[in-house]
Amino acid sequence: MFYGVELRSRLLLGTARYPSPAILERAIKASGAEVVTVSLRREGGSGRTGQSFWSFIQSLGLRVLPNTAGCHSVKEAVTTAHMARELFDTKWIKLEVIGDADTLQPDVFGLVEAARILSEDGFEVFPYTTEDLVVAEHLVEAGCRVLMPWGAPIGSARGLNNVYGLRTLRAHFPDIPLVVDAGLGVPSHAAAAMELGYDAVLLNTAVAEAGDPVEMARAFALAVEAGRAAHLAQPMEPRDMAVPSTPVIGKAVLGG
Amino acid sequence: MRIFLNDDAHDVEPGTLAAALETLGFGGRKIATAVNGRFVAATARPKTALADGDRVEVVAPMQGG
Repeated sequence: MFYGVELRSRLLLGTARYPSPAILERAIKASGAEVVTVSLRREGGSGRTGQSFWSFIQSLGLRVLPNTAGCHSVKEAVTTAHMARELFDTKWIKLEVIGDADTLQPDVFGLVEAARILSEDGFEVFPYTTEDLVVAEHLVEAGCRVLMPWGAPIGSARGLNNVYGLRTLRAHFPDIPLVVDAGLGVPSHAAAAMELGYDAVLLNTAVAEAGDPVEMARAFALAVEAGRAAHLAQPMEPRDMAVPSTPVIGKAVLGG
Repeated sequence: MRIFLNDDAHDVEPGTLAAALETLGFGGRKIATAVNGRFVAATARPKTALADGDRVEVVAPMQGG
């Protein structure tokens, strides 16, 4: 599904903001995710946080998708991607080039430039982008074979802000894996993305900050499965007028 | 000479990035490095000489979304 890697689960899960490592581990298991996102941050000579997190991730035996979260320039994102490739031993990179501090929306110009540089350097880029069709075309032209448009701003729980735009993107790129990344709040948002024909969803905060992250992870997994099944079952088109579901032929004539 | 590691000033003997990392407690750790904003691969650390005022970034795995 992603750069030649076939996965059973269509849910990618972030590893940040959980109440504890134990809850994170149980949430990952409940979600059925086979890919978890990770990041990298400064560590001091005496700190061991990064080392213990690395041991934890290795113990899961899952595929990791490192991100360039927090990068605001092409140079920063490219250098971070190189550090992530060495640290996590993977060509995969979730490329984020943030353009606005309030909405965390991508700087799509920097994103395309960084995607081109990294693709040419052998990375397999998962760009965090908007639903803009022309930006998506540039990303594909730059070498991206996965696109990850936002549903809504990161951590906002607003769901799919532009269903029309997401549907257009799906129609325009029938053969490129599309992942709704960011902004999902509840399982129905994930189901809606899957019903649109998206290949997967990536979420973090909606699970991590739920009252019961483990149960919410399970709920999202069910929603993703339901949405995918619904898409494959070809939903009927909405229409303006009512159509009786119960046949009227043979109805008793009772006067009145 | 003085280098800046994750913005903190450290006085180290002139030498390589690998030597400085060893001195500052990073030996054998799961880390990635950059010097003055440029990525330095683990294999290149023993060959990368540091200069006075160099800015070294040391990062490790952490949780992410």
